[in-house]
Amino acid sequence: MSWDWQVFCEDTLEHQAVPGCFGKGGDITYLDWLLSAWGWTVSVSLLALALALVLGAVIGTLRTLERRRVVVGLCNAWVELFRNIPLLVQIFLWYHVLPTFFPVLQGVPGFVLVVFALGFFTSARIAEQVRAGIQALPRGQRYAGLAVGFTTFQAYRYVLLPMAFRIIIPPLTSETMNIFKNSSVAFAVSVAELTMFAMQAQEETSRGIEVYLAVTALYVISAFAINRIMAFVEKRARVPGMVAASGGGH
Amino acid sequence: MKKHLLAIAAAAVAASLLTVGQAQADTLEKIKSSGVITLGVRESSGLSYTLGNGKYVGFHTEMAEHIISDLQKQLGLAKLETKYQPVTSQNRVPLVTNGTVDLECGSTTNNTARQKDVAFAVTTYVEEVRMAVKASSAIASIKDLNGKTVATTTGTTSVQTLRKNERASGLNFKEVYGKDHADSFLMVETGRADAFVMDGSILAANISKAKNPTDFKIVGEVLSVEPIACMLRKDDPAFKKAVDDSIKRQIADGSLAKLYDKWFMQPVPPTNTKIGLPLSEATKNAWANPNDKPMEDYAKK
Repeated sequence: MSWDWQVFCEDTLEHQAVPGCFGKGGDITYLDWLLSAWGWTVSVSLLALALALVLGAVIGTLRTLERRRVVVGLCNAWVELFRNIPLLVQIFLWYHVLPTFFPVLQGVPGFVLVVFALGFFTSARIAEQVRAGIQALPRGQRYAGLAVGFTTFQAYRYVLLPMAFRIIIPPLTSETMNIFKNSSVAFAVSVAELTMFAMQAQEETSRGIEVYLAVTALYVISAFAINRIMAFVEKRARVPGMVAASGGGH
Repeated sequence: MKKHLLAIAAAAVAASLLTVGQAQADTLEKIKSSGVITLGVRESSGLSYTLGNGKYVGFHTEMAEHIISDLQKQLGLAKLETKYQPVTSQNRVPLVTNGTVDLECGSTTNNTARQKDVAFAVTTYVEEVRMAVKASSAIASIKDLNGKTVATTTGTTSVQTLRKNERASGLNFKEVYGKDHADSFLMVETGRADAFVMDGSILAANISKAKNPTDFKIVGEVLSVEPIACMLRKDDPAFKKAVDDSIKRQIADGSLAKLYDKWFMQPVPPTNTKIGLPLSEATKNAWANPNDKPMEDYAKK
């Protein structure tokens, strides 16, 4: 068994090498397919990430409200629901179980369901981090905000959240990288992303090692790109004297 | 997604082993000196599957056990221990080439791409790819699939078969991919897909296990023909001859036909249901003229 990287230049119907490696006139090569699979992985991940960030920020914040038992209880229930069920099981619930209760879901493409499933799952984890970030701040900050006449909303908007979000950037970076890796579950509901490409192309070409290496490289590139973006955000958002280590202010 | 990581890790380990050196070419000598043969089996295929607790059964598994007892006789060993090694479609070729598995009798299609890395014994089962639909469905041929949704399983050759047929017939249908056969079948059961295109034995097995087997039927023309055979290491003519001879002996004395009847026409474990897939003409032909021709030769006819 020797290396054969030429396999990516073969077309997917007759396994003939195509000059230039990109298929023409409706035919596609394995390289075309690999790139389109990467596109699906990135699309699923970024949409789910956007959903998770918005939901996670809102729910995490609501969980720290004082004297709002019902709201806090509901948000805690959300987090525990989506955090305690394995992701693959959640995908199956969305795809196979919920449509039996709500037939309208039958017509929803797997792609949309995966974005919701992955987004909700990650939102629970982000909510937990946002809550931890806010609770890491001394309670005095909230009361100081309220004492100068801020409403609760203003106290969160101008005092608590700007600091909490800066504190949680590092764990949030891990979460954004995780979402790329977790997006591989999308293959289970027929989204033609990288993991599905790997399983299918290695079967068709019998060059599993080359296929898995290429797919691994693309996962690494995607996750590392998001890592660099988050590092940039962390650097730009940094306020001297306000980082967690010195921001306690006791 | 531990499964995939494992598969990748296994592939990486296999790759590193390969570079260290090809495994011994003389398998008969290896079996004789060690008194052990490692048989590659599948966990959930139509021809080879597990009942749990390290017990492996199926048409091809039992046939392989007969091959091994013939090998034992030929080598004159008083005792030959059989080790069962479950393999997947991802790792079966590397495990044979690197010497972990001596003989793999699962559901591996003999094709020219694989023949670059491994050798195949004579074909013992010819798979025909067809489609399963609901009994109430009007679909009777691939031509009826226009505008319909068709399910098949990720990581199988049927995906490619379907792609080729779509291109050749100028039809336009939506494809959905189940992560395993049970999942693809569920899509037809729940109405997400109109047809499930797959190997006939797998379709028959899934239908036999359904809540109500009479709700489904297998229809349509044969979309692809695939010779299924035991896989062994390349460039080991003595071992290949021993395995082929044993298979030919089983064909000649009718014991292979009896095995077929046992695994496809009689109730089988674990659920004691009948698969009910009569011996096909293609398989009969392969038995009448034992050969190790790859899938590509079948397509030419």
